[in-house]
Amino acid sequence: MNISLFNKVMPVVILVGSLLTANAALKVGDSLPDLSTFQLEGHLPDTLKGKVVIVDFWASWCLPCAESFPTMDALQKKYGDRLVVLAVNVDEKASNMDKFLKEHSVSFTVVRDGKQKLVEVVSPQTMPTSFILDPNGKVCFLHNGFHGAKTREEYIKEIDSLLK
Amino acid sequence: MKMHTFLFAVATVILAGSGCANVKPWQRENLADYTMQPGRDPVGTGQAEHIWFSREEANGGAGVGGGGCGCN
Repeated sequence: MNISLFNKVMPVVILVGSLLTANAALKVGDSLPDLSTFQLEGHLPDTLKGKVVIVDFWASWCLPCAESFPTMDALQKKYGDRLVVLAVNVDEKASNMDKFLKEHSVSFTVVRDGKQKLVEVVSPQTMPTSFILDPNGKVCFLHNGFHGAKTREEYIKEIDSLLK
Repeated sequence: MKMHTFLFAVATVILAGSGCANVKPWQRENLADYTMQPGRDPVGTGQAEHIWFSREEANGGAGVGGGGCGCN
């Protein structure tokens, strides 16, 4: 094969492949899709409007997710009605989530995306990933992973800024 | 020649597409399983590291952070 022709064709092939596999992940500035359309298991809060919301994607097999739960729980208790922590589980088996929740009792709302439809749309880059939404439902902050006290301090700072 | 190039490009895309599995972060449950960890026998790992150290003067670099789930 003509090498120069090969060099012209391959970048196009790679570019097309990249475009085909690229996904539109939820990012800062976007609005959270309507959760009621994703057949989530569990009870969603009546309304998220007017409240700061943390939407956290987690799984039972993810150790940093387990580390983040006490922080999420403490935030929910600290801010009360002004904050909604909504943890979206993406486990394939509901029994794994149930077992996890027995070991990690929490006061915030947990729903399960068993069909993984919402997570496909949101497309988080790591586990856990949390989105902090302002009272209008717009994503203002995004956290990839959980890094202990550093992430906790960032949460508090960001929530306070949105509640002002 | 152009036809050959086109066929080659198509074959490349098909081969590349069929040979790669893009495991998304929320699909790593099986990869995160304990049995997927290469160093789950601490005695065996210790022995292997001792051999590397004493025979090959190599030390460390046998582990990775984050585990199989690729979290954080």
